[in-house]
Amino acid sequence: MKPVNQKAWLLILPVVLCVAFSAILPLMTVVNYSVQDIISPERRIFVGTEWFKAVMRDDDLQGALGRQITFSLAVLLVEIPLGIALALSMPAKGWLSSAVLVLVAISLLIPWNVVGTIWQIYGRADIGLMGATLAALGIDYSYTGHVGDAWFTVLLMDVWHWTPLVALLCFAGLRAIPDAYYQAASIDGASKFAVFRYIQLPKLRGVLMIAVLLRFMDSFMIYTEPFVLTGGGPGNATTFLSQYLTQKAVGQFDLGPAAAFSLIYFLIILLLCFILYNWMQRVGTADKPGVHE
Amino acid sequence: MARIELDLAHAYKPNPRSDEDYALLPLKMTFADGGAYALLGPSGCGKTTMLNVISGLVTPSQGRVSFDGKDVTAQTPQQRNIAQVFQFPVIYDTMTVAENLAFPLKNRGVAADRIKQRVGQIAEMLEMSAQLDLRAAGLAADAKQKISLGRGLVREDVSAVLFDEPLTVIDPHLKWQLRRKLKQIHHELKLTLVYVTHDQVEALTFAEQVLVMTRGRTVQVGSATDLFERPQHTFVGHFIGSPGMNFLPARGTAGGIEVAGHRLAAPSAALSAIDAFTLGVRPEYVGLAAANEAGAVPATVTLAQDIGTYWLVTAQVGADAVLRARLSPEQPIPRVGDPVWLSVIGSHTCFYRNEELIA
Amino acid sequence: MDERRFKKRGVFLALYLVFAILPVYWMVNMSFKTNEEILSVFSLWPRTLTWDNYRTIFTDVSWYSGYINSMIYVAINTVISLAVALPAAYAFSRYSFLGDKHVFFWLLTNRMTPPAVFLLPFFQLYTTLGLMDTHIAVALAHLLFNVPLAVWILEGFMSGIPREIDETAYIDGYSFPRFFITIFIPLIKAGVGVAAFFCFMFSWVELLMARTLTSINAKPIVAVMTRTVSASGMDWGVLAAAGVLTIVPGAIVIWFVRHYIAKGFAMGRV
Repeated sequence: MKPVNQKAWLLILPVVLCVAFSAILPLMTVVNYSVQDIISPERRIFVGTEWFKAVMRDDDLQGALGRQITFSLAVLLVEIPLGIALALSMPAKGWLSSAVLVLVAISLLIPWNVVGTIWQIYGRADIGLMGATLAALGIDYSYTGHVGDAWFTVLLMDVWHWTPLVALLCFAGLRAIPDAYYQAASIDGASKFAVFRYIQLPKLRGVLMIAVLLRFMDSFMIYTEPFVLTGGGPGNATTFLSQYLTQKAVGQFDLGPAAAFSLIYFLIILLLCFILYNWMQRVGTADKPGVHE
Repeated sequence: MARIELDLAHAYKPNPRSDEDYALLPLKMTFADGGAYALLGPSGCGKTTMLNVISGLVTPSQGRVSFDGKDVTAQTPQQRNIAQVFQFPVIYDTMTVAENLAFPLKNRGVAADRIKQRVGQIAEMLEMSAQLDLRAAGLAADAKQKISLGRGLVREDVSAVLFDEPLTVIDPHLKWQLRRKLKQIHHELKLTLVYVTHDQVEALTFAEQVLVMTRGRTVQVGSATDLFERPQHTFVGHFIGSPGMNFLPARGTAGGIEVAGHRLAAPSAALSAIDAFTLGVRPEYVGLAAANEAGAVPATVTLAQDIGTYWLVTAQVGADAVLRARLSPEQPIPRVGDPVWLSVIGSHTCFYRNEELIA
Repeated sequence: MDERRFKKRGVFLALYLVFAILPVYWMVNMSFKTNEEILSVFSLWPRTLTWDNYRTIFTDVSWYSGYINSMIYVAINTVISLAVALPAAYAFSRYSFLGDKHVFFWLLTNRMTPPAVFLLPFFQLYTTLGLMDTHIAVALAHLLFNVPLAVWILEGFMSGIPREIDETAYIDGYSFPRFFITIFIPLIKAGVGVAAFFCFMFSWVELLMARTLTSINAKPIVAVMTRTVSASGMDWGVLAAAGVLTIVPGAIVIWFVRHYIAKGFAMGRV
């Protein structure tokens, strides 16, 4: 349904150049390193897939991967519905709309290490608001001591930090729905739930796909916040994939294995995102022939 | 089907002081039950506001709206039972055509078999029976507008169907098909229809009565013939017709009138007494005349265009007045630069003072 | 509007806002306390209110220059990202061309790599180009993840505009640039607002690349903040104050784009 026009390449050329400049050259370098044993800048030995095999054989990797997948799924399950609900409740007009918009966006603007630091203190029973409140309620809470509490805190921190991303995307998406749809629904006698189900949710499909992919990707690569908050502990209970790989690479300080780990990491995310993306496309565009057939 | 009466005004601000503060200047209008009306005018004239006042999407700042004698000013569109078709197709993307059409009935709790019957009926009327099980989102714009219309028609007790420039996104070659369909539906269902447009062809072909509006004011209500033959206001003369009416400045003199600097016999004694007025005559009624013929003025041709079925001749009258004439190709067409005499006074000529029709 | 539903939404929103603001309040609280107080006492207000933390930031050039540097490269990056993303998004939205689906997905894959992967190659690349420790280097490096995001967001919003609008404009005699700027962009305001804010935000908080590519002249605030571990331990108070201050530019940005985000779709009579 979209007209074929190869000249459209001119319009996307700037984008391709920018990204390729930033991406392809470095990526090639990484691939280069991943198949070599770099004993010193002068002595490099081609080792083929040896590093890759070593990574895959690593038992602890499976544990970290499992924890990572659990974390990312939990993040999606909470943040997506919560973000939609938040977007629906945010006022659309007036000074209140602007004020709420700013308040909601604040958590996104804080550098990630500061986020981790704030929650580190916030969750402490002796000097933090949340920790002290929980202790006052008689709950034995310790994110350094208990695995469950650590997971809870890391999740809560992520929800606090990133739900606004979903909410802002959905808020903008909601604003893009012309009034006529709501008017027509009113004339058709539709209930508020029917309006949500048949008008708002379908029209949010586009932004929701972006939100889901972004949150999945970013949560899969998460490093700073949990590292600052729990250091991966207690034990390795909250050691997710990127921290695990960094530990390995930094510990050994070897470019070869580090590059191999990075590539495997990238490929895992790529595979999962690809599946997610195609699934969402199929579900979402079954009725929209004009979009990315 | 309802008879709609308007006795209202709508202002932008709470304390309107001048005409500019009004979106709709005070008006009284009755839309007869089962009539087809068009609200015609340029952008910003208030026609969409009037439509929204009728539908209930806008509450007038003063006055009332009545359906069949009952005051509905405070009621919502749903309560008034109206249907509205918007400028662009408004359909439920996730539903099929049939589900779209059934939606208003489902929300009202109508029985399933009755719904199916009604949907089938309307689909057939709209020539969409073959597409009932297709996903609505995948269809072309004209089909989607038909669905929007269908959702309005499917309710048997709909009081009026309102259209807000519904053919805007339709391909030009499909517009006439939809217009014809609308007329057909009006004929079959005898619903009260109100149609907003800035296109006079649409308005004049669709409606029995056309309301011409400009800047919040309804300047004339009438049939296509009325608007064409006897425009009550210079705006109507100018807006209707292609091209619009010619206007020449005139004034009364002793023993006659002077039109664009040329003396002519006065068509009526009253006119020769008026200081300044405007003569209006449509290009269709301006004809070539013999030199110094009664009711004709001298002019110089500046442009002659062959439109196909007629010639459009533009001529300069006097110092700065312009006359356009539609001439049949069967007569000799003057060329650019030729001096001609054009008859302007006849049975179709109208006279205006302060933009209002006086004779 | 349904009265009851309105109240439910209001309550939910209020609860969320409280949840969202409490940790920020705690950070503001910390920023006015001394380190000793932070670490020893639980207090809802500072027992001894101190401006020292803020004073450090405003007087120490390495602190406030961090803010300025960040703002410079973030602004450059946002402008470039939007400028290249808008035509590209339009192409993806309106046309079909060789490899279009694949390029579209490829763009997003550039966000799927942990930044750590690119550190060494970037370091080598920018050193070779002689752009180390410049604002433009960080701005260009950040294009890697911001441009794909901007394209994705803008494309989504553009696809929501019926193609008839484009066609009507061409029939009316608009040239493509004029149509794009005067008609099209106002229609996708919400998308532009959100894309601009996200480009700003992701560039503003990015640490690894910004720290690797800068040393003195262009050192961003995020890198400066990691310096807060001194001999006597972590300087919590200054860190908190710096954190509070990092919110300000972003809040200003969202204030400016709020009308873009909130206005949404206005189907004008084209």
